[in-house]
This record gives sequence, structure tokens and C-alpha cells, in this order.
Amino acid sequence: MNELLQQLINGLSLGAVYALIALGYTMVYGVLRFINFAHGDVFMVGAFTGMYFGRWLKPLAAAWPEWLFASTVLLVSMLSCAILGIVLERLAYKPLRERPRLTVLITAIGVSLLLEYAGQLVFGAAPRGFPSLITSSSISGIEGLHASNIQVIVLVVTALLLWGLHLVVMRTRLGLAMRALSLNPTAARLMGVNTNVVISFTFGIGSALAAAGAIFYASLYQAIDPFMGVLPGMKAFVAAVLGGIGSLPGAMVGGLILGVVETLVVGYSQLLGIPPGYRDAVAFVILILILLFKPSGLFGKTMREKV
Amino acid sequence: MLELLNVTAGYGSITALHGVSLRVEKGTIVTLVGANGAGKSTTLRAISGLLPVREGKVLFEGKELTNKRPHQIVACGLAHVPEGRMIFSNLTVLENLQMGAYLRRDRAGIASDQEFVLETFPRLRERTWQQAGTLSGGEQQMLAIGRALMGRPRCLMLDEPSLGIAPLLVKTIFEKIVQVNRELGLTVLLVEQNAHLALEVSQFGYVLETGRILLSDRSEHLKTNPAVQAAYLGA
Repeated sequence: MNELLQQLINGLSLGAVYALIALGYTMVYGVLRFINFAHGDVFMVGAFTGMYFGRWLKPLAAAWPEWLFASTVLLVSMLSCAILGIVLERLAYKPLRERPRLTVLITAIGVSLLLEYAGQLVFGAAPRGFPSLITSSSISGIEGLHASNIQVIVLVVTALLLWGLHLVVMRTRLGLAMRALSLNPTAARLMGVNTNVVISFTFGIGSALAAAGAIFYASLYQAIDPFMGVLPGMKAFVAAVLGGIGSLPGAMVGGLILGVVETLVVGYSQLLGIPPGYRDAVAFVILILILLFKPSGLFGKTMREKV
Repeated sequence: MLELLNVTAGYGSITALHGVSLRVEKGTIVTLVGANGAGKSTTLRAISGLLPVREGKVLFEGKELTNKRPHQIVACGLAHVPEGRMIFSNLTVLENLQMGAYLRRDRAGIASDQEFVLETFPRLRERTWQQAGTLSGGEQQMLAIGRALMGRPRCLMLDEPSLGIAPLLVKTIFEKIVQVNRELGLTVLLVEQNAHLALEVSQFGYVLETGRILLSDRSEHLKTNPAVQAAYLGA
């Protein structure tokens, strides 16, 4: 029982990271109807920004409380990635707005490769250690149950970010415009929505959430490299499809489910007879199953146009 | 108030409008009638900026709107209720109305206009919290018009408001169009396949055929014009 709880804690903290990345996929899909395959690499840039900025800030912030230091690094990384996301959209995707979706999709793969290899050039190919933002300690309440404080912080801060996102999307004017644009772009333009502004805003928010995911991921696993975004990016994409692409609650739930399932498969690999090396295959088996049995995902609506 | 000078527009290699010129006087209802594919919707799309104008000019209240972006054109006070209504089906009726007032900041004015819209279309009041996609076709059309009114436009362009709607509701909707035209002094440019109805409520009409203005006259004259009767009024 305790072991199951233990696995759930591990799974949820990993799932939180997937959920944060998945939101970016799903939001961009909502407004532009394309999958931004470079999203996982924005996540990677978020981790490196956090690493460099954290190292630079550490001596200056020696007297600061730890939470202030950690949240400054988090915010700076989120902000930098928001800007990166907006700039990428303007440079790479906006000129192709009127072109077929496939053109944009292929461009996104190109942007992804560009970021990965530019990352290799700038940051080096070898894995780097991520500075610890919060001194890690073990919280053990029940016997045999260990959660690191970082796991708990990741879950709490993710919950706060998701709540903030919910408020932005449901309560603000720009959030309403974003929902309107995803439902009917033509009508949204006729209401006075400047689509460029909303699209930039969407990329900004999505990329900032990916950066937050990256800081959490790097804090949990400590090592980062220029290709670290590939697998989490693909898995978060699966999470977004699992939840129903275009659905925000879907991306959140899909991410958590994926994190938990992946962790359980590894944790109970002997029992299940699946070697732990297959952990990365789990997401893609799930993807195949969804595409076979429920392509619209858990929260997705089958699109039916009413004339 | 609204004037088109020799407007040419089209889709890809196809030219749909060949130099269309028309005038809509302030406070009037002007209609654009014509067969399917004559270019009626294209004309409205070119005015509201959804479709680029290749040649010619669009003037509104003396200002040139040619090839401005749609959100800039709405901001000038020119609203377009598109064909097929295009309501936001997953948003509530109230959120749809809020979207109509997207560019406005005056809360008090928005609230009173919302009251006016719900007063004008009582069916919407009963359904304010319902998802707009669950409304009937006629109710959706009312919502689309109400949503456009929320922006407090000075000119309203309506594209086929009778399309796919129960006849009884068509009558109501046209009564409301006349009502807002009178009460708010709102100028209306009405595109309609049902020429009979359109010429009934309008003061002036243009007949469009394959992207060209064929005829233009006072609506009561068009109604009795033998060519119009034969082609569009089924007489």
C-alpha cells in the first residue's frame, strides 16, 4: 500500500511536468490548429535559462531566503521562454499563416531541430548539472513513504499555475478572445479580436508553462542536456491527445495520467513482466490505444458543424 | 455613409466581384439581392476586411477602409453578421454577447446595450446561461444579430439572416431588423436570397449578377420591375 502511494507521488510529480508542457500544445492547437513540435525544445531552453540564471544569481542572492531565489529563477525562465515562444511564432509560423497546415507542421519540426542543435552548439552536448534551487530534504510521514520536499513543491506550484491559467482563460478579456478564436476564427475577427495579439499571447503563456515544467523537471532529475526536450515533449503531446487536443482540462488530466501510468509500469515492472527499459514506450502504446478507440480523447468533443 | 467604388475582389485566380459600386445612405435599409454565387457575401466580406480588395475603394463615413484588417474595421463602427451566423457554440449566450462588446470598455454602456438586446430578443434572455450551440437556428440568428449590436455599430451588415430558419422566426427577425433600424437609427446593408422579403423591408436595392451590379433602384420600383419579378420574385 505504502509502495503504491510512493509510486503515486513520484508519478504525479512527473505528470505535473507533462501537464505543464501539454497545455502549450493544446492551447496552440486551439487557436492555430497545428501541433507545435518545437514546444519540447522551448522546454529545454527553459531549463538552460534556469541553470545559467540560477548560477549567476546564486552568489548575489546569498542572503535571500531560498523560496525567493527559487521563484526568481522560475519567473525569469518563464518570462524568457514566453519571449522566445512569441518570437518563434512571429518569425517562423506567422509568415505561413495562410499556407496549408502541413507546411507549418514541417516548419515546426525544422524549428525543433534548429533549437536542439543550436542548443548543442551553445550549451555543449554533454549533460550539465542543474543547480539546486531548494535544498532537498525528505518528508517522511508514514513509515516507508518518502516524498522529497521538491516533489511536494512541484505539485503545489503546478496546482497554483493551473489555477492561474484557469483564471486567465475564463475570467479575462484576452482569455475570452482566446476561446472565441479557437471556436471560430472568422467570427472572432469580426468581433474586433486582433488575432496576432491573441496568438502571441497564447504562445507566450504556453511557453512560460513549459519553462516552469522544465525548472521542475530539472529540479527533480538534476541533469539537463540540449536533447532533454525530445521525449518529455513527445510524451506531453501524447498527454494532450489523451486528454483531447484543444481541451485545457484534458491536457492537465492527460499529463497526470501519463506520469502516473509511466511510473507505475516502471515501479511494478517485475509484477507486470515489462522490463523497466520500456518506460518510454508506455506513452506511445497509450497513444496508439487512444487513436484506435477514442481519437477525440477523454475531454475532446467530436467536431460537428451545425448549419 | 457606406460607399463602394469599383470594388474588385476574388478568391485565388477567380474574380468574384468585377467593379462593384454601391451607396448606403445613413439610416436606411439597403438590400443586395441576387442568385446564389452572384457575389453578395463576397461583397460583404470585402467590406469587412475578411477578403482583400484588389481594386477600388471602400469608404465609410468619409474614411477609407480599403484593406484594413477586420478588427480595425469593426472598431470604425461597421459590424458584419456573417452567413451561417458563426456564433461561438461552446460559449454561453451571455459570453457571446460579451464578445460582441469586445472592443468596448464602458461597462455601463455595455450593460445597458445588453439589456436592450435581451429586451429586443426575449428568447435570448431565457437562455443566457445556455451554451449557444444548443439554440435553434432562429435563436442563433437572433444571437448573432444581438452580438453585433453589442458593439454599438453605426452600420450593420447582415448576410442571409433567413437562411435555414423556420418561417415564423424569419418574420420575427425581419421585424426586429426594421425595429433596430428605426429605434437606433441604425443603417443596414442586407444581403438576402429571399428577394421578396428583402425588398419589402428595404428602401433601396441593388441587384447583383455574376459579380456585377445589374440594377439599382428604390425597392418599391425593383419590386414591380418585370426583369426582377421574373428572375428573383418568381412571378
